[in-house]
Amino acid sequence: MTEEAGHVTEEAGHIEPKTIGKLRERFADQIVDVTVREGDDAVTVRRERIVEICTFLRDDPDLLFNYFIDVCGVDYSEFDPDMPRYGVIYHLYSLGHNHRIRLRVLLDEDDAKIDTVTGVWKGANWFEREAFDLYGIEFTGHPFLRRILTHHQFVGHALRKDYDHGKRQLCTEVWDLEFE
Amino acid sequence: MVKGEDDNVTGEHGLDGVVYTSKLSSLVEALKERTAQVASWSRKSSLWPYTFGTACCGIELMAYMASYTDASRFGAEVVRFSPRQSDCMIVAGTITDKQAPILKKIYDQMLEPKYVISMGVCASSGGFYRAYHVVQGIDEFVPVDVYVAGCPPTPEALLHGLIKLQERIEREGFDFNTRERLNRRLAQTEAAPKNLG
Repeated sequence: MTEEAGHVTEEAGHIEPKTIGKLRERFADQIVDVTVREGDDAVTVRRERIVEICTFLRDDPDLLFNYFIDVCGVDYSEFDPDMPRYGVIYHLYSLGHNHRIRLRVLLDEDDAKIDTVTGVWKGANWFEREAFDLYGIEFTGHPFLRRILTHHQFVGHALRKDYDHGKRQLCTEVWDLEFE
Repeated sequence: MVKGEDDNVTGEHGLDGVVYTSKLSSLVEALKERTAQVASWSRKSSLWPYTFGTACCGIELMAYMASYTDASRFGAEVVRFSPRQSDCMIVAGTITDKQAPILKKIYDQMLEPKYVISMGVCASSGGFYRAYHVVQGIDEFVPVDVYVAGCPPTPEALLHGLIKLQERIEREGFDFNTRERLNRRLAQTEAAPKNLG
């Protein structure tokens, strides 16, 4: 919480942190929504320039989000039917500045695709594979987009809300060892 | 216990009341029985475990191997990580559908006679993973000799399971007819429901 940011959000008393201020300066047209609450800074952005946004967050000397914690998928279909169905959420942390940010991108059901950020943080690779495996969200440009948690004979995406959680799919053969 | 069939036997009482007759056939029988007992005893006293520890039960398994519970008192100490050198598979932990064919393959590679201890509720019934991704009990594809209850079972409980298995092996006895014995074990294996190819 720094004073030079100065932008006050809708929730009275919460001063927008510098991280979001810098993001606003640079990508004002990409930001859909900002929430700052209890030290949890969240920004919803459009998907078109996600790689640019992530590169900026990583490289700007005041931000330096060099620690990629997580990217995960969300299925909002039972949470709010009026929302776009899928969400892709990035958790970032800066080891140098000790601040965090949460990026959120909403994706429509019939077009659940987003550019991969494996070029920005290598660590995104397996997390994106996980989101692809369990939600069917496609990360375009991913170097090796294959299922990672469910087995190779699995059909469907297990964490989608319309997947019957009791429906088992047996794996009948050992998958040959294969190294990336 | 071999007893002479003739009434006019002048035998001597052995150490444990066995009457040794002068008949050669009875002597052979007695020798065979004694040998069978020794073989059965040595088999139950040298259960070399193949550990298949996939989750928290694996930690309890380590404690069972370690100094406090000390499975080596029962000759079950030599943990082998090759199915070629072990005869007692201890499945400790959750077996997912993805892991199942691997477990089956390793079980098939183990040498006869082989035994399976299913440790904890995950391996025995799926436990609280009542869902799409976990095998609801490993008896779906391998025959299980002893189930150990608990989540996770204490090392003492697993030791109890081991002792139960030893009792069972002793009861089974030792069959000199290896072919028949093998067929019997294979029939047990065949009896397990086949969910895997």
